[in-house]
Amino acid sequence: MNAYDTYNYDVLVIGAGGAGLRAAIEASAHGVTVGLVCKSLLGKAHTVMAEGGIAAAMANVDDRDSWKVHFTDTLRGGQYLNNWRMAELHAKEAPDCVRELESWGALFDRTKDGKILQRNFGGHKYPRLAHVGDRTGLEMIRTLQDHGIHQGVEVHMECTVITLLKDGERIVGAFGYERERGRFKTFQAKAVILATGGVGRAYKITSNSWEYTGDGHSLAYHAGAELIDMEFLQFHPTGMIWPPSVSGILVTEGVRGEGGILLNKNGERFMFNNIPDLYKNQTSDNEEEGWRYIQGDKNAKRPPELLTRDHVARCIVREIKEGRGSPHGGVYLDISWIKKKISNSEEHIRKKLPGMYHMFKKLADIDITKEPMEIGPTTHYMMGGIRVDPDTQMSTMPGLFAAGECGAGLHGANRLGGNSLSDLLVFGKRAGEYAAKFAKEYGDGTIDEKQITDAAKWALEPFERDKGDSPYDIQFALQEMMQQLVGIVRNETEMLRAKEHLGLMSQRAANARVVGNREFNPGWHTALDLFNMLTISEAITMAALERKESRGAHFREDYPDKDPQSGKFNLVIKKDADGKMIIRQEPIPEIREELKQLIEEMK
Amino acid sequence: MPTATFEILRGDANEGKFETYTLEISEGMVVLDAILLIQAKYANDLAVRWNCKAGHCGSCSAEVNGVPKLMCMCRMSDIKLDKPILVQPMKAFPLIKDLVTDVSWNFEVKKKIKKFKPRPPDAADGTWRMAQEDIDRVQEFRKCIECFLCQDVCHVIREHQLQDKFIGPRYFVHIAGLEMHPLDVEDRREDLKKTDGIGFCNITKCCTNVCPQEITITDNAIIPLKERVADKFYDPVKRLFAKFRSKKEQ
Ligand SMILES: Cc1cc2nc3c(=O)[nH]c(=O)nc-3n(C[C@H](O)[C@H](O)[C@H](O)COP(=O)(O)OP(=O)(O)OC[C@H]3O[C@@H](n4cnc5c(N)ncnc54)[C@H](O)[C@@H]3O)c2cc1C
Ligand code: SF4
Ligand code: SF4
Ligand code: FES
Repeated sequence: MNAYDTYNYDVLVIGAGGAGLRAAIEASAHGVTVGLVCKSLLGKAHTVMAEGGIAAAMANVDDRDSWKVHFTDTLRGGQYLNNWRMAELHAKEAPDCVRELESWGALFDRTKDGKILQRNFGGHKYPRLAHVGDRTGLEMIRTLQDHGIHQGVEVHMECTVITLLKDGERIVGAFGYERERGRFKTFQAKAVILATGGVGRAYKITSNSWEYTGDGHSLAYHAGAELIDMEFLQFHPTGMIWPPSVSGILVTEGVRGEGGILLNKNGERFMFNNIPDLYKNQTSDNEEEGWRYIQGDKNAKRPPELLTRDHVARCIVREIKEGRGSPHGGVYLDISWIKKKISNSEEHIRKKLPGMYHMFKKLADIDITKEPMEIGPTTHYMMGGIRVDPDTQMSTMPGLFAAGECGAGLHGANRLGGNSLSDLLVFGKRAGEYAAKFAKEYGDGTIDEKQITDAAKWALEPFERDKGDSPYDIQFALQEMMQQLVGIVRNETEMLRAKEHLGLMSQRAANARVVGNREFNPGWHTALDLFNMLTISEAITMAALERKESRGAHFREDYPDKDPQSGKFNLVIKKDADGKMIIRQEPIPEIREELKQLIEEMK
Repeated sequence: MPTATFEILRGDANEGKFETYTLEISEGMVVLDAILLIQAKYANDLAVRWNCKAGHCGSCSAEVNGVPKLMCMCRMSDIKLDKPILVQPMKAFPLIKDLVTDVSWNFEVKKKIKKFKPRPPDAADGTWRMAQEDIDRVQEFRKCIECFLCQDVCHVIREHQLQDKFIGPRYFVHIAGLEMHPLDVEDRREDLKKTDGIGFCNITKCCTNVCPQEITITDNAIIPLKERVADKFYDPVKRLFAKFRSKKEQ
């Protein structure tokens, strides 16, 4: 065997957010040995930051809800580019997954009759999000973490995977470094699950942490797996914008779910001005009805602030562009106005949104119970990712599975809020189960030493350079460029320029220089991350150029309308034999007849 | 724009010294912003942990001018700039490098605590019923972001290094969250006394004072746990009585 520390598991899970933890728990429950690797400490993955809630049609608050409504809401939100089978499984299995968390100790907020409380969120017809104030992700990750550590899962914290190991076309392990000492580790595994999360670090204004460099997307792509839907990147309508140091930090949609409204500088509730046809039947056109909806009136239609994120983000951009923005280039989000409607509004807001209250108070000197917040769109969530089989979560490469944000299919052109946390549970569980089955069926593959020595050599090269740019400078340039040229509003000219920039930046990245030694050296880590960030930036740009229409999160000012023809395919990206990125259109899978009818009925 | 001077501990377990960096301070900046700027501009290999930049994840714990804090929630405008700002790693844990310490002991401690064990479901569909009033106090404990600042500041760990006999305030909060969980039927009182060392805590409340999640660690978690332990071990009348009551009602 090779010179590096080597570990052997039946199933290796890369990523310890909700998806990775749920997958590891499930695989282990199927009686196989499991290793779990993550870049940060356990419990610090992105999932911990999720605020608003988990979508699951438990019908605890509104008994008209059912998996069928959740299913059709998800497809409508995704503009029908979703993988319908994933949407079906997700809607059907999410409620049990949430209840399972409760049996592992999670404590969700309660209804009056003692059940799990559910709240309103954009694009969900009924109150559907199980939540704990505005710290749902913390509850979820801690529950999974505390359950997982008793399941015999072996955890490698602060360890970053830099390449997948292949035996022919099969994935048989991974290779990476641990951050503390910078030593390499080899993981041999019969099956590998990627649960590495998203890509938001490629953008300047983002709600995502340093971890979100698209590693899983890039690892899978370079190993030969297919990516899908990469043009669909969600910009969340409400990120903090002021002061500059907090710009991008998320303001949960829960604020709007609790009655928050959007205003321009003239105090106008501009969301009433533009309600898309797809949602006309479900959206109220006056303030009074909107408020009744928030209060739980079952006959009222929902306020336009709770339209889908893609639409709300675009309306905000419009207000700003047309000169009706707030002083720091955003718009206002106001929850304090509910004092006109209820007597104990300040206490109510602090109880329902304690995190937001605290965050604005501490970081922006704003008391949200008394005054409006200034907000603007922030890069938030990647709908696109590793193409998987909807039932088993296996990618197009045998032995490689993907779940959570790095997988794709469920959300189509736009994700509904709350549908990610449920995605992690449903498909994390499935990935764990099927990876375990795969591991039992197939024996060990063969590890190819050369792949390991090549990767180790590549990883250490930056130390040998005495010239070259700082990895941070290249990262900042990339973030600035992607924000400007492949952001919320896109066009061909700008994206062609982006492609050129990416070529040049790849050269710069290949010559990046790091200082210091291998011990806990973030400069070195960033230099290696650049490779992944550039890969996924190229994939986003390529897919965004190819989709010549506006749909969901993808908006082209040179093709501002939806094109029915383009609604019939997904875009699939793959590395060809010469190492070039290629893209092709793939027809959307034919939907099962009874589900088709369901969609018609619920229109 | 005003400038600030930082003195940041650089080094590892073998040797460390303060390095000085000067920086312009912009509106709304927090200490973590400054550290990351210094990292990007002057010291690419400066080791620091962070993730959310919003007080949600508990990664960025350090000591700023000697006070244990989350750097992402520590506004520059709250610090006097006339003297250099001292930024050091948490002192109670072994240093790995610069601002990063070895907190693995904490994760080991948690593994030894008896896990959640629910009573049988209340409803035929396998679910439970709980009133919001009954979970309010446990939800307070579950706000913990595992920043380990309370562990850092507790003298039993920081000064007396009793890590092998004492689990620290974070884990009393964790156990309180389990013991007072309306569904849990496990009994952790013997462990609290014998292996977890709750007796070492002399209620100085330093932990409560640093908790960024404003968990009232001592009054709401530790003292009630101490009482439960006392009930079990020292009060024969209560002990007898306890047999006829469920643990949760005490
Ligand atoms: C601020 C915020 C609020 C949100 N609120 C909600 C909400 O209310 N509801 C909702 O449904 N969704 C919400 N989302 C989205 C949701 O939180 C994420 O999509 C989801 O948590 C992703 O989970 P995951 O398990 O896929 O990945 P993560 O939780 O991000 O975990 C990724 C893991 O992979 C590891 N990793 C990555 N690369 C490597 C590598 N190369 N080697 C080893 N390990 C690696 C990381 O260390 C980490 O452990 C929110 C997101 C943000 C940022
Ligand atoms: S109150 Fe107890 S646990 Fe908290 S710091 Fe003091 S001695 Fe430590
Ligand atoms: S109890 Fe408070 S101080 Fe202690 S680890 Fe948890 S959040 Fe941090
Ligand atoms: S970075 Fe998450 S708490 Fe500071």
